[in-house]
Amino acid sequence: MARSPQGDAEFLMRDTTSHPPAYAPAYKTSVLRSPKLSLISLQNSLSEVTAPVFRADELGPLDNDLIMNWAKDGLPIGERIVVHGYVHDQLGRPVKNALVEVWQCNASGRYRHKKDQYIGALDPNFGGCGRMLTDENGYYVYRTIKPGPYPWRNRVNDWRPAHIHYALSGNGWAQRLVTQMYFEGDPLIPYCPILHTIPDEEQIRGLIALQDRSAFVQLDSRAYRFDIVLRGQRATLFENAVQPEDIAA
Amino acid sequence: MNRPVAPTPEAIAGWSFRPGDSTNQQQLRPLMRETASQTAGPYVHIGLAPKAAGFDIFENNFGNVLVKPETKGERIRIEGRVLDGIGTPVRDVLLEIWQANAAGRYAHPGDRQAGKSIDESFRGWGRAASDFETGVYTFETIKPGPVMGRNGRLMAPHINFWIVARGINIGLNTRMYFSDEADANAKDPVINLIEWESRRQTLVAQREDGKGKGGVLYRFDIRLQGENETVFFDI
Repeated sequence: MARSPQGDAEFLMRDTTSHPPAYAPAYKTSVLRSPKLSLISLQNSLSEVTAPVFRADELGPLDNDLIMNWAKDGLPIGERIVVHGYVHDQLGRPVKNALVEVWQCNASGRYRHKKDQYIGALDPNFGGCGRMLTDENGYYVYRTIKPGPYPWRNRVNDWRPAHIHYALSGNGWAQRLVTQMYFEGDPLIPYCPILHTIPDEEQIRGLIALQDRSAFVQLDSRAYRFDIVLRGQRATLFENAVQPEDIAA
Repeated sequence: MNRPVAPTPEAIAGWSFRPGDSTNQQQLRPLMRETASQTAGPYVHIGLAPKAAGFDIFENNFGNVLVKPETKGERIRIEGRVLDGIGTPVRDVLLEIWQANAAGRYAHPGDRQAGKSIDESFRGWGRAASDFETGVYTFETIKPGPVMGRNGRLMAPHINFWIVARGINIGLNTRMYFSDEADANAKDPVINLIEWESRRQTLVAQREDGKGKGGVLYRFDIRLQGENETVFFDI
């Protein structure tokens, strides 16, 4: 019987050149929080090819609507946008039922977080977090307010380009990914020490969402398209299977 | 040198491509590259643990208590800190754990180990934010059973950890093993991959009886860098 690519199949080895190194001194906080010793490379076992399975009924009806999910006495202030895209694996297969979690600051560049001291105003009607599951085609969509840029303590005048944080949980623990989405045309992009921890120009471009006029909601919202690629998952080939042939079913 | 051996029909049936299959063309396209990782940043709590950020927005929150009253297995509490390269607790860290149930089975369709039942009351996944003052994180869970590893080599009971925070550019993966499983740990195929025996101890949580809710506490500190740097895995 052919094994399902969504079953116990191994993930392709991670290409470390696609990612920032742990130690990236221009982003100062990474200096003391980066392992110095080499990672130990593991062949996948069941511990790495399995992951939590999420159900639609665990999420609320407004969880992917950041415009409404914290609206108290009015609508949040700022540019209304839709963000959508597909989650695929490296082999081009849709990653179905992936948990996509997003968080961001408001239009003033202020986070609803007790540790954020920025002078930018909190918006009483904006929370800044949402979550959703991808559908059968790996598609996700949410609407929100476009986040603002903000200053941060790295060098004295460093600013973050507008961005939305993403956390993704796919078919296996090895597919877990945290990243950030940026906006096409943002003039701060060339100067961001965090974005430029990524040593590869093509990979940086992959984090910049494009304005998608075809998905604009007339007289309501603009739209951005952001596709995501998770680790590729292949069928098990010969011996060295992740689990031995002890399958009763 | 090994001579090539023709694959069996059973093996071919498991391939993602087959000789003569027209879908081969698709497989020959270059691999897409994995989307680049970025730090979770200082405000990761807003998205993944909004109550820790100071507001209550979701009806259902993903938290650090994995057990329900009916969950099978020995109740344990895991407690620890994540320390930076000079030993300072990382107080804005977020950790997730993923583990098998008491029988040693993961709640996932890919786990088809024979003779181990699923526990409907145990998902095996949780997340915790460290305390902003002390840096201490906790999980309330059960001790997992052993899981079959590659090539029929049993893995000692362990819990998979994933760690993200400001200053961590790509999520760190490690495993927690149990100090009272010395024999199983000594045979564990993953622990034995670690060439330096002194480093293996960084993965072993110390059992302290008479503490924690169920009476058992495991202390597991994670050192990101420096003396006794925890072993992290490229999985």
